Amino acid sequence: MKILVGYVPTPEGEAALTAAATEAELRGASILLLNTSRGDAYIDARYANADELAAAEAKLREHGVEVTIQQAVSEGDVAGALLKAAAAEDVGLIVLGLRRRSPVGKLILGSTAQRVLLESPVPVLAVKVPSPHD
Amino acid sequence: MIGLSVFGELMHGFSAVLEPMNLLWAILGVTLGMLVGILPGIGPALTIALLLPITFNFSDPIGAFIMFAGIYYGAMYGGSTTSILINTPGESASVATAIEGHKMALKGRARAALATAAIGSFVAGTISTVLLTFVAKPIGNLASHFQATDYFAITLLAMVAVTAIIGHSLVRGLLSLVVGLFIGLIGLDSLSGAPRYTFGTLRLLDGIDVVIVIVGLFAIGETLHVASKLRSTPERPAVLEKGRLRTGYLNKSDWGRSWKPWLRGTALGFPFGAIPSGGAEVPTFLSYSIERRQARKKGHDEFGEGAIEGVAGPEAANNASFSGVLVPLLTLGLPTSATAAVMLAAFQIFNVQPGPQLFEDESTLVWTLIASLYIGNLILLIMNLPLIQIWVQVLKVPRPLLYAGILVFACLGVYSLSGSGYEVLMALVIGVVGFFMRKLDFPIAPVVLGVILGPAMEEQFRRSLVISNGDASVFVTRPLSAVIIVLTVLALFVPYLPRIVARLRGTQPTHDRLTFGEDD
Repeated sequence: MKILVGYVPTPEGEAALTAAATEAELRGASILLLNTSRGDAYIDARYANADELAAAEAKLREHGVEVTIQQAVSEGDVAGALLKAAAAEDVGLIVLGLRRRSPVGKLILGSTAQRVLLESPVPVLAVKVPSPHD
Repeated sequence: MIGLSVFGELMHGFSAVLEPMNLLWAILGVTLGMLVGILPGIGPALTIALLLPITFNFSDPIGAFIMFAGIYYGAMYGGSTTSILINTPGESASVATAIEGHKMALKGRARAALATAAIGSFVAGTISTVLLTFVAKPIGNLASHFQATDYFAITLLAMVAVTAIIGHSLVRGLLSLVVGLFIGLIGLDSLSGAPRYTFGTLRLLDGIDVVIVIVGLFAIGETLHVASKLRSTPERPAVLEKGRLRTGYLNKSDWGRSWKPWLRGTALGFPFGAIPSGGAEVPTFLSYSIERRQARKKGHDEFGEGAIEGVAGPEAANNASFSGVLVPLLTLGLPTSATAAVMLAAFQIFNVQPGPQLFEDESTLVWTLIASLYIGNLILLIMNLPLIQIWVQVLKVPRPLLYAGILVFACLGVYSLSGSGYEVLMALVIGVVGFFMRKLDFPIAPVVLGVILGPAMEEQFRRSLVISNGDASVFVTRPLSAVIIVLTVLALFVPYLPRIVARLRGTQPTHDRLTFGEDD
């Protein structure tokens, strides 16, 4: 079985990565890490560079988990890219980081996490960034 | 005492530009220029085209020109930012900057590269504005001796020279020019009043408004063109190293290595802006190769690994070229780049006739415009460096939203001109034509030059013939006209210079043909 983690180099992405690593260890699963961007802006901090991908990979290997990394620009449809990867690779669980969005922001740009939660055929683990008080 | 009177008039201009309203236009102009400079694919020509319809409502043309000029040179400042930080030139004038600038950024010297670009732009902008201040009026006086045949010849030169140097194919460029000339012919004949190419419709009797052509080609066509290449791998901007504001982010050796390229870049940019060579592209690349040669000679050749000279020179050159562009634009009414052509259209809208008379009839306008260049350059220098992180944020805007907004704004602008859907439809059709021209590698700057200069050229041509009683030899018997016409013919061969030189030397040419991208 594989666990798909939607990774972005932000606190949310790191939280998802940690949760995915723990879950993979528990289930003895391998991890498929997907990093993508809508690709419609000239700069996008969520599109990881080589260093960030290497760091993420190292973090997972520390947990003794096998990793496959996929990185591609999705044609404006990040949720679709995640769902497609999940369908193609025999994925049993999707791990996502959640962040707070304003209602207006969701109205204009939509919510990737919401679409994955609603449309994924496999269970989805949604992770939040631990608040500083915990 | 020419010097003193120029000084007095300039001071008069300063007092006008420092009025709150004009200062506001200057700030608005340079800010807009900075933003469109940063955004690849969106240039000053497009922005000015987009704002042209709005300026119809201005009671006073001075504000509009201050703003347009600000957009033009503000874009030169902004263009370097994207070149350096993400290796995607924001403007064609900043292509040369990207070569060394991005390498510097990768080596952790992004701030130094941005600083030498900004300070160099300021130095070049200011020096070249001083040159403009003192050169403009004498050239204007010289131009007052021009006769109709000379005007015809020089207009022809401007169109042909810019067409020859832009784009990958001379034939395509000339075809574009002919399309522009044709659009310019539509409507009533200015001398006889006979309708031409109106196809029997009353709508076309007035001709096609230059503004509609410009908005269609630049705003709609260009936007469709960049939007058609929508998806790209997003870049991560290079990280800015920590720097202190007080030293301007440049250390002593940076200053030492930058000031000469700044001056050389200025010396290249100003004259190349003034001659019809399509604006800033040619001098930036020339400056780049001169700086590389200089560095090789001195032995500390860092070119290829982020040489600061390779940023300082071209950035100074592109800013200096702007003041150069203003010389023929103000004194002869002759645009030497696409953006200048759009500005000329703005002059026509306000019924301000650029040319030798301009300094007499509209001296307040001219000197306020020139004074605004000094102020604008200063504002840009102050805004540029400390706020660089904010400027870069515009690159995060999702491009579909941006382009959709531009298209809506363009249609709205055309509609506001006439209040009729017919004009909007016409602009859209021209936009779609422009889109396919760009797709098929036809440059669009010659079209605009043809539309704007064509009618003026025709008028001078026919006036010459009327004066000479129909004797066409007047164009070659007057020495000045003859020289300019010979230059026009020679201009056609300029792009093939490398091949000709190589043939003469008996070596294989490295480049088949000099090509320069569209000035945008």
